[in-house]
Amino acid sequence: MRELKYWQAVNEALFEEMARDETVTLVGEDVAAPGGPFGASRGLLEKYGPWRVKDTPISEAVIAGLGVGAALAGLRPIVEIMFFDFIGLAMDQIVNQAAKTSYMSGGRQRVPMTVRTLCGAGRGNGPQHSQSLEAWIGHVPGLKLVWPSTPADAKGLLKAAVRDDNPVIIVDSLTLWTSKGMVPDGDYVTPIGKADVKRAGADATVVAVGGMVQRALEAAERLAGDGIDLEVVDLRTISPLDRDTILASVAKTHRLVIAHDAVKAFGFGAEIAAMVAEEALGDLDAPIKRVAAPFAPVPFSTSLERAYYPQAGAIEAAVRSVLGQG
Amino acid sequence: MNQADLLDLYRVMTTIRRFEAAACQLLVDRKITASLHASTGQEAVAAGICAALQPADMIVSTHRGHGHCLAKGTDPGLMMAELMGRASGTNGGRGGSMHVADPDLGILGSNGIVGAGLPIAVGAAYACRVRGSRQIVACFYGDGAANEGTCHEAMNIAALWGLPLLFVCEHNGYGEMTPQSVHASVRDLAVRAAGYGMPGQTVDGNDVLAVRAAAEAAALRARTGGGPTLIECKTYRVRGHFEGDPQRYKPEGEAAEWKLRDPIDLFRAHLTGPSGLDAAMLDAIDQRVDGVLQQAVAFGEAAAYPPPGEVARYVYAEA
Repeated sequence: MRELKYWQAVNEALFEEMARDETVTLVGEDVAAPGGPFGASRGLLEKYGPWRVKDTPISEAVIAGLGVGAALAGLRPIVEIMFFDFIGLAMDQIVNQAAKTSYMSGGRQRVPMTVRTLCGAGRGNGPQHSQSLEAWIGHVPGLKLVWPSTPADAKGLLKAAVRDDNPVIIVDSLTLWTSKGMVPDGDYVTPIGKADVKRAGADATVVAVGGMVQRALEAAERLAGDGIDLEVVDLRTISPLDRDTILASVAKTHRLVIAHDAVKAFGFGAEIAAMVAEEALGDLDAPIKRVAAPFAPVPFSTSLERAYYPQAGAIEAAVRSVLGQG
Repeated sequence: MNQADLLDLYRVMTTIRRFEAAACQLLVDRKITASLHASTGQEAVAAGICAALQPADMIVSTHRGHGHCLAKGTDPGLMMAELMGRASGTNGGRGGSMHVADPDLGILGSNGIVGAGLPIAVGAAYACRVRGSRQIVACFYGDGAANEGTCHEAMNIAALWGLPLLFVCEHNGYGEMTPQSVHASVRDLAVRAAGYGMPGQTVDGNDVLAVRAAAEAAALRARTGGGPTLIECKTYRVRGHFEGDPQRYKPEGEAAEWKLRDPIDLFRAHLTGPSGLDAAMLDAIDQRVDGVLQQAVAFGEAAAYPPPGEVARYVYAEA
């Protein structure tokens, strides 16, 4: 095990996957000569050359479509959409092409494409560089979406995405970009579709993903001081959802809070709440609580942004509420 | 061009014409239950372009794509079964007319989204370059798709990178129900190629030999590192946007004018005139094609539907 920054773990995963499989390529804006808009692909151009590591024009629709076509022609492309918000420009290729090709071809074609993107939430990036749009992807059969919260998961999930035979969108949180964590040595993958209990607890469950996991763990520390033992389930994968891990946790703690940076309405918290209500209503000792952003675009001003994104205090309050202490 | 190649062009065009006639009849008979977009009158484009391709080359097609697939080699029976939603169709009955794909033949897929094929073709051509293969990609798109943003993005990047790609604009005069004069800023879409720094050429899309000659030159350029070419094939959509379209938007006399320039009639006249072939040879091909298509329809009608229990199969790739 070594300590790495999040972005260094991403960089390692890219190096290792491109070394392991010569059909893996990296295509996107500023990925080659500039080394990635945030440094994730530093050194790759020099090692793997100008075709496998390719800068593109600012053309998101063709970046995503290039991934689809290259995958259909036998490559395992990694394509980059610089900010999650920009995926709107690429959505036809992701939703109507990549997602449906396996199904529409009766299984004769597959699209082993990875889409790397970044969520700029929490850094004053404003309404068009900060959104959490995972529910858009989760609603479309044929796509997978993963969202790591640690350097180790960032590396393992990216490697798993590259090796997956389906289109996988991997989202990195900008707030985690320079965070540090222990990363295993050698080759490993973090399985897609498996949540991870980042903190085991007995009294209540918080389900979170990406940058929100850290805030949930902060809330757990505060609550521990009052003798409340919080379980923090890091989804790691939004789609396909790991229902078993969520249900097992609810069966143990009987209380559920779901926290996310996306707006509450139609967010993944609604899907999890509905799933638990359908499958395990009898396990609950209190109504489910969602902690999420208000139904508004992401504001620019720091004072507004802090109010917009749920902080550890909001999670703490929700947990106290489901424990009848609110 | 030798006699066998000429006769094969005729066979392909005739197969496309009669395949679509049979499919349209199946729609009338309610044995096909979906929107059907026939390429009747445009057969010379599919046949001429694909005649310049090698088996390992790839094509990307459109919602009006039966002809492209047949010209690249798709079995008429498998495609007819697909149009009828049968399990033994090219796509297992999951795609239908707008989504026929035949990956073993390099047919990456027809497409229900206008303009969506161009970025996919760029990706396939990029894969050829990464691999250093001598394959090329032909991307069919219509004059309607020429106005999508994806067309601009794809042409810029293909020309910038010198990708082995043929942009084949099937200019049939209409984007859905709107004529070129209302939907495009220029009459000849090939002039747009200059804006991307790539060669562009307008050809008579109803003259299969002219299409083939342009395709041969562009294919050679693409295969030898010369980059992409835009070939605009001027043709005419004889039928409606979809089967059942009353086509009230077409000016009186327009269809009759184009009827005089029917691509199969023109080619037949060329073959029996300047090429000096016997009309009986062509009649024999017509008969063979009819036999193939009778078998194709019978195969489709006899084929089983996919079992309802498989409704969620193939959402994700199977191991």
